[in-house]
Amino acid sequence: MAVLVDKNTRVMTQGFTGAQGTFHASQGIAYGSNYVGGTTPGKGGTMHPELNLPVFNTVAECVAATQANASVIYVPAPFAADAILEAIDAEVPLIICITEGIPVLDMVKVKRALQGSKSLLVGPNCPGVITPDACKIGIMPGHIHRRGSVGIVSRSGTLTYEAVAQTTAAGLGQSTCVGIGGDPVKGLDFIDVLEMFLKDDETKSIIMIGEIGGEAEVVGAEFLRKENFGPGKPNKPVVGFIAGATAPPGRRMGHAGAVISGGKDTAAAKMEAMASAGIKVADSPSSLGSTMVKALGA
Amino acid sequence: MNIHEYQAKELLRRYGVAVLDGHVAWTADEAVAGARKLPGPVYVVKSQIHAGGRGAGRFKEDPNGKGGVRVVKSVEDVKAAAEAMIGKTLVTKQTGPQGKVVSRVYVEDGCDIKRELYLGLLVDRDTSRVVIMASTEGGMEIEEVAAHHPEKILKVHVDPASGISGFHARKLAFGLGLEGKQVTSFTKFVTSLYGAFLELDCAIVEINPLVVTGKGEIVALDAKVSFDDNALFRHKDLEALRDDSEMDPKELDAVQNDLNYVALDGEIGCMVNGAGLAMATMDIIKLYGSSPANFLDVGGTANAARVTEAFRIITSDPNVKAILVNIFGGIAKCDMIATGIVEASKNLSLKVPLVVRLEGTNVELGKKILADSGLAIIAADNLADAAQKVVAAVKGA
Repeated sequence: MAVLVDKNTRVMTQGFTGAQGTFHASQGIAYGSNYVGGTTPGKGGTMHPELNLPVFNTVAECVAATQANASVIYVPAPFAADAILEAIDAEVPLIICITEGIPVLDMVKVKRALQGSKSLLVGPNCPGVITPDACKIGIMPGHIHRRGSVGIVSRSGTLTYEAVAQTTAAGLGQSTCVGIGGDPVKGLDFIDVLEMFLKDDETKSIIMIGEIGGEAEVVGAEFLRKENFGPGKPNKPVVGFIAGATAPPGRRMGHAGAVISGGKDTAAAKMEAMASAGIKVADSPSSLGSTMVKALGA
Repeated sequence: MNIHEYQAKELLRRYGVAVLDGHVAWTADEAVAGARKLPGPVYVVKSQIHAGGRGAGRFKEDPNGKGGVRVVKSVEDVKAAAEAMIGKTLVTKQTGPQGKVVSRVYVEDGCDIKRELYLGLLVDRDTSRVVIMASTEGGMEIEEVAAHHPEKILKVHVDPASGISGFHARKLAFGLGLEGKQVTSFTKFVTSLYGAFLELDCAIVEINPLVVTGKGEIVALDAKVSFDDNALFRHKDLEALRDDSEMDPKELDAVQNDLNYVALDGEIGCMVNGAGLAMATMDIIKLYGSSPANFLDVGGTANAARVTEAFRIITSDPNVKAILVNIFGGIAKCDMIATGIVEASKNLSLKVPLVVRLEGTNVELGKKILADSGLAIIAADNLADAAQKVVAAVKGA
């Protein structure tokens, strides 16, 4: 049944009547997802002029009226942390924040608020989550996806599209694609999504795409070593890739989180950790699909 | 955003962090005037550049002379030291061999140093909290200490809900072997510094060395502060501290045009949408035997104007022998990118080979625009194809 989102997901949008919220909600609806309404403070009680869905002032009102169980956030960076906190307060089970450029100390507060809450957060600074042919939440181009068996988890948006296009071309398709985002402090991390993929029957194999900076890929690889590979374990084939092998240390490569600061957070160190855990590491971003085909054949 | 030591100290002083008295000087005469306002008889003259290792660094003009930080014992010597620094190029471990021109010095009160410690604050991504790190190895780079003596780094993580508490400071103070009045002084120092970190939306604050004086006071001998660029919108006053001369001119140009650009030393200019794909594009260029001249993410809202700016910055690098455009359109639409490429190629009368790979939203439209343009654009079907073609173009040139 895929992970995080499916046909039963009722999606609301925060920043609903803005250009981004409007465009991507309309794309999600066109894809066949169930969008139920959204919020723009001050415009509560009206209907969205283009989408003919109700607009509310607060997330709590929107949830009460529409039974939304997922909220996607397109609110500008200065106000995005507040939007996430509002969704946590309204106990929205799944919050997906697309916004890029949120101050890291704002995210430190958000992360604390998530502890013990009823919400899961994906992002920020991410493309979103899609279960092909069922539910598209976020900014990814829907048409490149195809319902199938590969679970994809990635820190990078466009590199996820690369993996999607290649697995579609290989005839494998995707169960669910989760963009966890490129920020140093974020919601779900590799380990959380990998755990969901291992438990999901529809996900037969996994592609994980990381970047330089931090230790989350190493933690994820260690998790797979213990929980996926070995006798009596799921043994789902996993293909990995780490972007940034040529990045110089100390320089932030676009994403706030993509900076080599230690020694264990280089692409080489992460690829080695992946390989030693049993993950097939793709040598190039253009061989994600072919590496998976090989891994499945083995 | 990084700032100079003297700016960092002035800011930290406002938050109650103990720093020494000092004055910034753009000329040797100003340095003398600054020194006369200090009690003496010991002064420290410090080169102000955005790089560490100044003390051990050497000036290009005087490679066998003294370093970029000098302790002197008279106002005359302050003048001589300032003259030896201002306008000269300081090369340190962190500047690279080209060094950085010193445009100003900081003249600071001398200090009776009993011990040198390290104190640093940053957001720890693994715990999602601010971590305060301290070490007895003052003056050493923390990365070096972490690599060789990780046990010498003390850490406390601060819960953002309850904030900093006395125990955090005591844990570090006793761990550092401080005693008596030093502990009280350290507690005030750390608490103030944490307050400044939060208030100013810092990315990193490093006090290295943090010194214990003969009188048992804790004071910052050096201070490195950098701010979270994403939070600068709420600190308009900090913009005045920006020193553009410290940045690579191409990178400065990119920042002013809202592009994510990092200059590298290879020969293939890259324009990509998305940071991860941009890094992966650099990697695959290397894999096929060449090297990238830059990292450049045009972002999701790329339009013709942004593409033109991106091309202008890429081609301003004389090392660029070919350009690879790699776009996987999500929000970015391939037709808009293609229009931008055509306009930019014409406006800038592009002279190097251009390989373009388009995929995703409106890809067919985009490819048609490129094909109809009559320009000598090398089209590529996928990332590997694009990388091979651009490397071949460079090797053939």
